[in-house]
Amino acid sequence: MKTFSVSKAVTALMLAGLVVLPLYSNLSGNVFILTLFTRIVILALAAASLNLIMGFGGMMSFGHAAYLGIGGYAVGMLAQEGIGSGFIQFPVALAASAIYALVIGTLSLRTRGVYFIMITLAFAQMAYYVASGLARYGGDDGLTVYKRSDFSGLINLSNRTQFYYLCLACLFAVIFLIWRIVNSRFGLVVQGLRSNEQRMQAIGFPAKRYQLVCFVISGTMCGLAGALLANNTDFVSPAVMYWTRSGDLMVMVILGGMGTLFGPVMGAVVYLLLEEFLSQLTEYWALIMGPLLLLIVLFGRGGIMGLLGRLNRG
Amino acid sequence: MAEPLLRVEKLVRRFGGITATDNVSLDVAAGELHAIIGPNGAGKTTLISQLTGHLEPHSGSVSLDGRDITYLPAYRRCALGLARSFQITSLLLDFTAADNVALAAQAHAGHSFRFFANARKEKGLRDAAHAALDRVGLLHRADVVVSRLSHGERRQIELAVALASKPKLLLLDEPMAGLGVTESQNMVKLLQELRKEVSIVLVEHDMPAVFALADRISVLVYGRVIASGDPAAIRANEDVKRAYLGDQHVVTHHG
Repeated sequence: MKTFSVSKAVTALMLAGLVVLPLYSNLSGNVFILTLFTRIVILALAAASLNLIMGFGGMMSFGHAAYLGIGGYAVGMLAQEGIGSGFIQFPVALAASAIYALVIGTLSLRTRGVYFIMITLAFAQMAYYVASGLARYGGDDGLTVYKRSDFSGLINLSNRTQFYYLCLACLFAVIFLIWRIVNSRFGLVVQGLRSNEQRMQAIGFPAKRYQLVCFVISGTMCGLAGALLANNTDFVSPAVMYWTRSGDLMVMVILGGMGTLFGPVMGAVVYLLLEEFLSQLTEYWALIMGPLLLLIVLFGRGGIMGLLGRLNRG
Repeated sequence: MAEPLLRVEKLVRRFGGITATDNVSLDVAAGELHAIIGPNGAGKTTLISQLTGHLEPHSGSVSLDGRDITYLPAYRRCALGLARSFQITSLLLDFTAADNVALAAQAHAGHSFRFFANARKEKGLRDAAHAALDRVGLLHRADVVVSRLSHGERRQIELAVALASKPKLLLLDEPMAGLGVTESQNMVKLLQELRKEVSIVLVEHDMPAVFALADRISVLVYGRVIASGDPAAIRANEDVKRAYLGDQHVVTHHG
C-alpha cells in the first residue's frame, strides 16, 4: 500500500496539468500559453537528460546545451539541404549527439571534479564557435528552419496541439526510460560510482566504461530535445549552445531536485515560468530571480522535491 | 612445492627518496592465513595497495594462481578472485547494506550493461547478498542504509562485500581498526570461520588477534620483510623484538 506524500501529489498534479494544458489553451483561446509550455516541456526533457548524468551519475557536465545545438542543427541543416523528412532528421540528430557525446565523454571522463566541469564547458564552447563559423548555415545569425520536420502525415508538427503532445510524449518516454535505467543493473553501477568510485573499482567494475555509456545515453536524449526545440522555434542558432544555456539546464536540475525522477521537470516548469512572469514585471527580473534561486538552493537542499519531501514529514 | 596462491617477488615502490616497499617477497599458500604486521609507517598499506592494484610498483612482480597481475587494474584482479576490505571503511553510504553486497555479487555475474530489468528484483543477486550478510551476522540489517549503521557494522559489511565476490584470496586491511573489545572478539571469531573457506592476507595492528589467527606472519619494517614464519618463530625472533621495542611485551605475552 502506497502512502500519500506531498511530493507525489504535487508531481501528479503537475503532470496532469501538462496533459490537459492544450484543452485549456483551446477553450480559452490562449495560444501563448501553449507555445510557452511547449518550450518548457522541451527544456524539461533536456534537464531530465542532464539529471541522468548529473543527479544519478554524479558527472557535473557544464556543456549539456551543446546537444541542444547539435540536435537543432541536424534538423536545420538537413532542412536547408532539402531533406525535410523527420524520419531522417530525427535519427540523424540523435546519432550526431551520440557521436559527439562519445568523443567528448571519452576525453572528459579522464578527469574528475572541477576539471570535468571545465572540460565539458570548453568542448561546448568549441561547438558554439564551430556553429558560429558555419557561414553556409547562417553563422552567427543562426539558421531559419522554413519547414518543420515532416512525418508524412503521421503527425503534423505545424499543428500546435499535435506538436505539444509529441514533445510531451517524448518527455514521458524519456522519463520512463530513465526510471528503468536507474533501477537496472547498469543504473545501480552508475549510481554506485557516484557514491564511491574506489569501492566500485575494488569490487570489480571498470568505472569509465559505465560512465561513458551513461554520458552517451544522456547526450542522445538531449539531442532529441534539440531537434524538437529547432522545430518549436523554427530557428536554430549558436546561442542555444552558449554556456549560459548549459547553466540554465543545471539550475533547472538543481532547483527541481538532483537525482529525482520528476525533479528536473518541476525545475524546468518553475524556472521558466518564473523567468516569464518576472520579465513581464520588470526589466531587471534577474535581480529577483537570482536571490530567489539562491534561497531555494540554500534552504531547500534537494531542491523543490527535497522541500516537498520535508513538508511530508513535518 | 605446489605453486602458491599469491606470490610477491622483489616488489619495490618508492615515494621520492623513500623506499616504501623495499624488495618485498612473500608467498601465500592456498588455505593459509598470512598476517602482515609492522610498526606504523612500515609500508603495510603501500604493499596492500600494490597487491590490489591501486598503486603500481616500480619493479618486481605479483602473481595470483601463477598468473602475473603486477600491472592489472584493480577491477580485473577482482575478477580473478582477489577481494579486499579497506582500512578506512569504504562503502556506498547512500545505499542499503543489501545493495552494497548485491553490487559485489553483480560484478561477478556477467556484465552490467543491462538497462531495463530491475536489478533489485534479481533473485540470484539478492540471495547472494543475503547469504553474505548472514555470514557476517548482519542479515537483520539488510535493508538499512549504510550511513545509518554503526562503525562496527560497517566493518562487517566490508567483509560481506568482499565475500560476495566469492574470492580465492581475501586481502583484509586492518579489519579490527576502530572496533571495541567485544566487536573485535566477534571479528576474530568470524575470521576464524572464514579462514576455513578462503585464503586470507591480513594486515592488522591488533597483536592478540594476529597471533590467534595467523598460520604465518611476515614482519615489515621500513618497507623490508625482516622476518617471516609461524607465530612461535616470530615471537622468538630477536630482530622482531628489536623492531617493536616498546611493543615488545605485546609480542611476547599474547597468543
